[in-house]
Amino acid sequence: MSSRHFRLGFIIFLTPVLLWLLTLIVIPHIDLLIASFQAENDQGKLVFSLENYRNFFTDSVYWYTFVRTAFYSILVTVITFLITFPLAFYITKIASKRLGGFLSMLLLLPFWVGELVSIYGWMILLRESGVINYILQGVGLIHKPLPLLYNDFSMVLGLVYMSMLFMVVPLISALESLDDSLIEAASDLGASKFTIFTRIVIPYAAPGITSGAIVVFMLVLGDYLSPDLLGGKNSLWFTEQIYNEFIASFNWNQGAAFGFLLLLLSTVIVWLGLRLSHQRLDKAVGA
Amino acid sequence: MSPILEVKHLKKMFKNFTAVDDLNFTVEEGDFFSILGPSGCGKTTMLRMIAGFLEPTEGEIYIRGENMAGIPPNRRPVNMVFQNLALFPMMNVERNVAFGLEQRGVPKSEIKKRVNDMLERVGLAGYNTKKVTQLSGGQRQRVAIARSLVLEPSILLLDEPLGALDRKLREHMKIELKLLQKEIGTTFIYITHDQSEALVMSNKVAVMNHGDFEQIDTPQNLYKNPRTAFVAGFVGETNRFELAQSGHGTLETRSGWKLAKKDAKTGMHWLFIRPESVILLPDPQMKDLNRFRVTIKTILFDGANTKISGIVEGSGDEILIHLPQNAKFEGIREGDRLEAAIHPRDLRCYPKEGS
Repeated sequence: MSSRHFRLGFIIFLTPVLLWLLTLIVIPHIDLLIASFQAENDQGKLVFSLENYRNFFTDSVYWYTFVRTAFYSILVTVITFLITFPLAFYITKIASKRLGGFLSMLLLLPFWVGELVSIYGWMILLRESGVINYILQGVGLIHKPLPLLYNDFSMVLGLVYMSMLFMVVPLISALESLDDSLIEAASDLGASKFTIFTRIVIPYAAPGITSGAIVVFMLVLGDYLSPDLLGGKNSLWFTEQIYNEFIASFNWNQGAAFGFLLLLLSTVIVWLGLRLSHQRLDKAVGA
Repeated sequence: MSPILEVKHLKKMFKNFTAVDDLNFTVEEGDFFSILGPSGCGKTTMLRMIAGFLEPTEGEIYIRGENMAGIPPNRRPVNMVFQNLALFPMMNVERNVAFGLEQRGVPKSEIKKRVNDMLERVGLAGYNTKKVTQLSGGQRQRVAIARSLVLEPSILLLDEPLGALDRKLREHMKIELKLLQKEIGTTFIYITHDQSEALVMSNKVAVMNHGDFEQIDTPQNLYKNPRTAFVAGFVGETNRFELAQSGHGTLETRSGWKLAKKDAKTGMHWLFIRPESVILLPDPQMKDLNRFRVTIKTILFDGANTKISGIVEGSGDEILIHLPQNAKFEGIREGDRLEAAIHPRDLRCYPKEGS
């Protein structure tokens, strides 16, 4: 009786999830995978071909963008971690409950306005006639405006800004469960502050760090707006290449191939990261 | 020999609240010293000051004659067993116990040897690679103690480490801890709100209330000769009566129960009578007894610890009396009237608190 009820409920709740996965994720991906292995022949007919993938390896600009995207995604993940970890530690372990809650709210605020609006906010701050240059010139520290916008610096800045919340939330939840007495016990047993951090706090928070890092890395790797708007003409991002193939060149087959290469890239890097840090995916995502 | 721990005029204020108020005491080498008090009496605050997690507002702490002021916890010759044990969940048993030695830069081979020795001593030989989450409550307890003792501290501080265990295991660990302390000889300072833990394990007990010690004594003396009303009420089970008057050889409760006590002082407010000091069916030959009759209201059966709740005839005072589980008292039923008596020396009187 009850097991049958259970099974019915299970089916009712599972069906929408499976439908969603199948129609919006699995089927389009299969379609794109097939498309990525097709190219027009001399008669303009679609036939099986490895040309799309060959193009990627032969044209250095694709390669260059690919490696660049991977490198900057890792860099942004690391910078985001370095900024948010002390922040999460402060919110959970040092600040009072009320202050901690207030600071967490502040971290949430940028997400109330959406990515596009905050990017324009950064543009107002960073451009040559922008707020920062205006103040620096007004004070007399510089004489001509600094090129703060449309370069790698502004791109990384924007990406880190957009990623912070996705790193800080898992870190806070990981550190919240860290009992203060563990830190005290380590200190009591003779550990220095540095040792406590490296041997107690970081290992304890490792699953949170892993899940934050995976989310941030994937988001950054697949981001389009920040690299496009803040990065300027020379700041190529692999998603822009995909966009160009799909929208500008109407070469869906090439775009599909690039899409799969990006998927492969993120999978390989996440896998490598997990191996190197001795973490497990199921633990990191909270199973 | 100089005491291993000497505390002088120790005081701790949190804003306007005085948690520890002008404490002075010494602990001798090898003592099992318990600090017994209700929650919020300041005992944890005091322990944390000895461990170095809190700075005293006033006063000094000397360990082996050395002033501890300004010395952080990681450089004090004391170790602490935390209330929740605070074992490192990401390390196995061996790594937990080795942690402190590693911090001291002890060579690896020696760490291995000392960890194994220590694990053997606490009865956990061969548990090296077990995860701490796989251990039972009692085993975790022993890992926590081993982790501290392996550093050979001058003093081991224990912050109610048995609090989280179930009753049966707690009874068992009490004995085990006492034996372990005897065997190792390290000075233990143990804080608890459980009087039975303090009485069973320690050779010295300090009863703490409102940030101050009411009495420091052996468990036996604490029980037999409590110096204050608080100690009399807190240590062991007892009947408490409010006195209407005292002096001139008699005591009288509020409800009019008169008892003879030659050395009764005037101005006493509380009368304490232990349940086991009431004699049931006393021998008529015995002299100097305060004899009275009780009507049994209820029998509170609890094996060897069975008591009856009786009403004192005449005054109506309610009194708990220990009921031995032997043939003599087998026929006793609720509603029975019994002869009872108390020896005057078992009547303990105290003035009103704070006076």
